[in-house]
Amino acid sequence: MNSKLKQVLIAITAASSFAYAGASFATDITGAGATFPYPVYAKWAEAYKAQSGTSMNYQSIGSGGGIKQIIAKTVDFGASDMPLKPELLEKDGLIQFPTVIGGVVPVVNIEGVANGKLHLDGAVLADIYLGKITKWNDPAIVALNKGVKLSDDIITVVHRSDGSGTSFIFTNYLSKVSPEWKTAVGEGTAVSWKAGTGGKGNEGVASYVQRIKGSIGYVEYAYALQNKMVAVQMKNHDGQYVQPSIESFQGAAAGADWKHAPGFYEILTNEAGKTSWPISGATFILMHKSQDKPESAEAVLKFFDWAYTNGDKLAAELDYITLPASVKGLIHDAWKAQIKDASGKAIWK
Amino acid sequence: MPLHNARLQRQTLYDTIFRNLTRVAAFGVLALLAAILGSLVMGSMPAIHAFGFGFLTNPEWDPVNDHFGALVPIVGTIVTSVIALIIAIPVSFGIALFLTELSPRVLRRPLGVAIELLAGIPSIIYGMWGLFIFAPLFADNVEPWLNQHIGTLPYIGPFFSGPPMGIGIMTASIILAIMVIPFISSVMRDVFEVVPTMIKESAYGLGSTTWEVMLSIVLPYTKVGVAGGIMLGLGRALGETMAVTFVIGNSHELGKSLLNPGNSISSALANEFTEAVGDLYTSSLIELGLILFFITFVVLSIARYMLHKLGQREGKVS
Repeated sequence: MNSKLKQVLIAITAASSFAYAGASFATDITGAGATFPYPVYAKWAEAYKAQSGTSMNYQSIGSGGGIKQIIAKTVDFGASDMPLKPELLEKDGLIQFPTVIGGVVPVVNIEGVANGKLHLDGAVLADIYLGKITKWNDPAIVALNKGVKLSDDIITVVHRSDGSGTSFIFTNYLSKVSPEWKTAVGEGTAVSWKAGTGGKGNEGVASYVQRIKGSIGYVEYAYALQNKMVAVQMKNHDGQYVQPSIESFQGAAAGADWKHAPGFYEILTNEAGKTSWPISGATFILMHKSQDKPESAEAVLKFFDWAYTNGDKLAAELDYITLPASVKGLIHDAWKAQIKDASGKAIWK
Repeated sequence: MPLHNARLQRQTLYDTIFRNLTRVAAFGVLALLAAILGSLVMGSMPAIHAFGFGFLTNPEWDPVNDHFGALVPIVGTIVTSVIALIIAIPVSFGIALFLTELSPRVLRRPLGVAIELLAGIPSIIYGMWGLFIFAPLFADNVEPWLNQHIGTLPYIGPFFSGPPMGIGIMTASIILAIMVIPFISSVMRDVFEVVPTMIKESAYGLGSTTWEVMLSIVLPYTKVGVAGGIMLGLGRALGETMAVTFVIGNSHELGKSLLNPGNSISSALANEFTEAVGDLYTSSLIELGLILFFITFVVLSIARYMLHKLGQREGKVS
């Protein structure tokens, strides 16, 4: 009995020292933050590990948590769906760069209305979410939808109950297009909603909208696609009606002036461009500018460099929208210029 | 044979060790409780400074402008729990009565086990079942009826009228009721079973009906246990998170109607804690937790006090 126990103990010790030795070969990187990009980061990490041996451990604890963790330096990078304002970045010595783009899609559940058949513009959408338009046959909606049969069903507004980058992009858009929304509600990951009911997560909103007749909600593009939801055509900045699609999200990203946005602080709502989808936004990575652990910072940058070069296909499989090549170039320039080790030498060459 | 001194000493030593171990365990729990309370108070200090007692009565919840008030979640927590108890107590009483007095012997065990199994179902499953199965049924079949028949009545009408969404305070209360029924009914059944058969038989012998035996013999004999079971259910209902989050609608609005969406303290915490940005927001959420702690504590204290009173009176009357 005793000798058997000893054997087991030896085996365990040997195994754990092995694991320890294995871990010390490559610099593993850790990150924490936003939940929205988690699936694509996980997929990238898996593929990257198979190629390079470096493993990336990402905890999707939420954007707020990600910001706290990177400021406390408990992780190598933080992730947030809401970009930090340049002055905040400056204060904590952080650099931020976008990775993938998310599109937010208004979805409805109205009897007899098929995908892409309902047309809305920003002002009407804001009035619906303010609780000012309460019936589907309101003159303001009918005026945008000649030929679509709309009944006097009550509109049930569905929003997110949890704080979310999706809500931030959505409320940022409504603030840009409706002065009344801007003063009454404003923008944020969580706001004081004036109407409706809250679902937890994209899946919560999606299931509420599918369940409640006469409802309208907003979800990430991937959720609308996977659940075959009835998406709304939105009137964009140029006055064109656009369908949510990879092309229209990339249209929004291309229309943005990243070059002159300090700290890549750019929210892709209401961007100019004929094909641009008006409610999109990028998700961001946060890192410290001056690094006391240059090896792990380099490992993080290598990972994202790999992802920018090789990750587009994997991202597309999950219905994420990747950045235009010009933006990727700008990000590499920012790395070179801003991320330094203790002696002030650039980490990315 | 003379008493073996060394052995006696060893046994005394074991006893001392054992006594101290149990003491550490008991006081450890107390210390943990104090630590939790302390950290809640510390965490909510910024919110307490900013809003004072107004926090309790302010219905506004505006993360953009950092204005927070706890009225909506407090009302939601209490209203859902109370309605849940109103539904659950009679049903549980019926279950316990049937199982102990009326059910054929062969059925007792399977029925009892089935009800205890209900208590073992994780709450998220109740939540998903509530959202995907119960809410649509409720919206299509029950709520229109409530709107038409009860919603038009004076006084109570406004509580039962609203768009039939299937999601709201009422749905949350019903799901909560289903969740607490197994707790209340299994405690009731256990205490009903300890009533001495002789007393019951005597009452039957005097010509009492089953209902009279229940009401005048079994209930008075077991009221402390029954009240304890109800409090156990209330405790679970007050703190229930996942199931409520799924079906309550998560809206920080104080609607009059029970069919409207509302919010409870625990679901506000579950929803908003991860993405709460800013110190005041986080601190307000922690203060919500402190309030829930306080409500639960008060409820349990009242229950204890009531039981204590009942016990005292019992001695005097008989």
